[in-house]
Amino acid sequence: MPVRPEAVAELTRVLTELPGNPSGSHAAARAARRVLDDARDVMAEVLGAGPGDVVFTGGGTEADNLAVLGASAGGSVVISSVEHPAVRDPAIGLGAHVAPVDGTGRIDLDGLATVLDGLEDVRLVSVMLVNNEVGAIQPLEAVAEVVRRHTPAAVLHTDAVQALSWVDVAGAAASADLISVSAHKFGGPKGVGALVVRPGVALAARQIGGGQERERRSGTQNVAGIAAMATAARITADRRAEDVNRITALRDRLADGVLAAIPDAIETGIVAGDRSGRAAGLCHLCFPGVEAEALLFLLDEAGVAASAASSCASGAAEPSAVLAAMGVPREHAGGSLRLSLGWATTEADVDRALAAVPEAVHRLRAGKRVDA
Amino acid sequence: MSGGVDSSVTAALLAEAGHEVHGVTLRLWGGEADQGCCSVADVEDARRVADHLGLDHHTFNFGPDFDRHVVEPYVAAHAAGRTPNPCIECNRHLKFDRLLERAEVLGFDAVATGHHARVVGRPDGTRRVARGADGPKDQSYVLHMLDQAALARVLLPVGDLTKAAVRERAADLGLRTAAKPDSQDVCFIQTAAGRQGFLADRIDLTPGRVVDATGLQVGEVEAVELVTVGQRRGLGLRKQQEPSFVTSVDVGTATVTIGRKEDLLDEEVALDDLVWADGPVAGPVLVQCSAHGDPRPGVLLGSVLTWDEAQPRVAPGQSVVFYDGDEVLGGAIAR
Repeated sequence: MPVRPEAVAELTRVLTELPGNPSGSHAAARAARRVLDDARDVMAEVLGAGPGDVVFTGGGTEADNLAVLGASAGGSVVISSVEHPAVRDPAIGLGAHVAPVDGTGRIDLDGLATVLDGLEDVRLVSVMLVNNEVGAIQPLEAVAEVVRRHTPAAVLHTDAVQALSWVDVAGAAASADLISVSAHKFGGPKGVGALVVRPGVALAARQIGGGQERERRSGTQNVAGIAAMATAARITADRRAEDVNRITALRDRLADGVLAAIPDAIETGIVAGDRSGRAAGLCHLCFPGVEAEALLFLLDEAGVAASAASSCASGAAEPSAVLAAMGVPREHAGGSLRLSLGWATTEADVDRALAAVPEAVHRLRAGKRVDA
Repeated sequence: MSGGVDSSVTAALLAEAGHEVHGVTLRLWGGEADQGCCSVADVEDARRVADHLGLDHHTFNFGPDFDRHVVEPYVAAHAAGRTPNPCIECNRHLKFDRLLERAEVLGFDAVATGHHARVVGRPDGTRRVARGADGPKDQSYVLHMLDQAALARVLLPVGDLTKAAVRERAADLGLRTAAKPDSQDVCFIQTAAGRQGFLADRIDLTPGRVVDATGLQVGEVEAVELVTVGQRRGLGLRKQQEPSFVTSVDVGTATVTIGRKEDLLDEEVALDDLVWADGPVAGPVLVQCSAHGDPRPGVLLGSVLTWDEAQPRVAPGQSVVFYDGDEVLGGAIAR
């Protein structure tokens, strides 16, 4: 997703004009401190929190790690089966229990209740707000209700990294005790994020040092990045209703167009064409018998930058744990395509994808040898 | 592009010649800690060389195919007391099948690799793999499965150069891989536990008896699955006047039989899975039975090779490759 020009302007303004360290006491430091405080106010408002609840981090992964590792306090951890690795891997490292999702990618609330009932010391439940691969929006208020009823002592974390562009996080995550976000997912720069920590939630710091962020995240703040994140968050929240309407229409045209052109294409996890539980910015498709890596290569050549599953460190496509958790058969998952739309996506972009995707799929199918 | 010097120079030579070149690294095996092939560090080397040359670089994940066609058969062969050659199976099923197929559907005319061998054209229009210019580095043995369809689309540009010339070229071009050490044989076994540890995680290793030609027990081994015909060491033998060699391995009875050097000599080799560059060949051929072994003359008739002079037994599972001079005619697996 491109960085919003207003965020770029703010980033360069702060970098050039406000070189102070916000922890200092001289005039330049105080000027930087002011920028940081303003940004904290904006993020608090957009996320439905108090300014003192916002901890700035170096991105979404750090925020997720801090929540999971910092708030689990030796108790049991429960996560959904479609969490991002930034939540899943530290949680699994703590011996986390996993609650299932249904075929649409949304958490099975009865399954969650069963997992919670089977444990005595649940300290942390983590369920993402919007899934990063298929865009399923989780019913977080209902999750919070299940957690309150079955394990009242647990805290609820939500990884809202994918959510801010599409969902009113302040409302949807009002019952969450911990909320992670990442700037580059809503038009801010990479390497900046935040964790909301509600008052009274015990959080052990992971990064220890000068005591910044009220002892919850030491290290001199990335003032310019944080200011740019706040600028992007402000604009995203202000224009969200309008953007969601526009991009939902684009996404529907894209998905419907590909489905019409490729009759056996599958819109992953969508039942009877109902996309109401999906973030506007994601179109996830599977083409049986097509290899995702080859498809991405051809799309890249046609000027369409897309993804398959998650990527490993070497850049090769790895099988998707999310699709497996949703029960998508391997032969479908192997031909998966994730087309993402954002604030800058245009009708012309959709036209280009609508031309390129069917052509690439047809070409791969025509050229495929039958394996004896 | 494996991240080594040969494939780096291959890419450079083709780009210099004016081809539209894309670098591809195959991800076959290994996590981040793996220091062997397709480790993250090697992918980075390949990508940075491509960047330096101004080429696009892609990583293709053929891990499931590698498991199915290389690792699983490798383990099964050892379990049966045979001596597999996984590099040959990787070339057969991954580099010159899966990758060729992928390249074709993506619209590429050819796949080039950094093997030290050459593709030569013959007067009748057919092609053959021939030995590379650097004799000791020649890799024609591991490319013997290339048939006409593959040979028409495979380029081996460094086959005309010595290894020293390849390194010199890489250094001249400022490639970061210029002084990188050559890769080792079995790329997917790199841990300290080695082959034994790798196999022990996947199959039950069977302690075995070592017997002489009369059936008298003279030693023991920890795992018969790890013993190869022709082996001399690691047999738990007392010091002997005359060197002894493994003449056969029977996993079923966990028995390794040893003998003197002359007991190891065979007049014939029975062959399975014959493949040909351009149709079956019968009659006198030169025969090579290991990657850098000396070629010996023999006569091929059907699926039996008869040596001109008796030769040490070929371990079952090894590839047997037939040459006409420096050109590869085909190959097979020793039964």
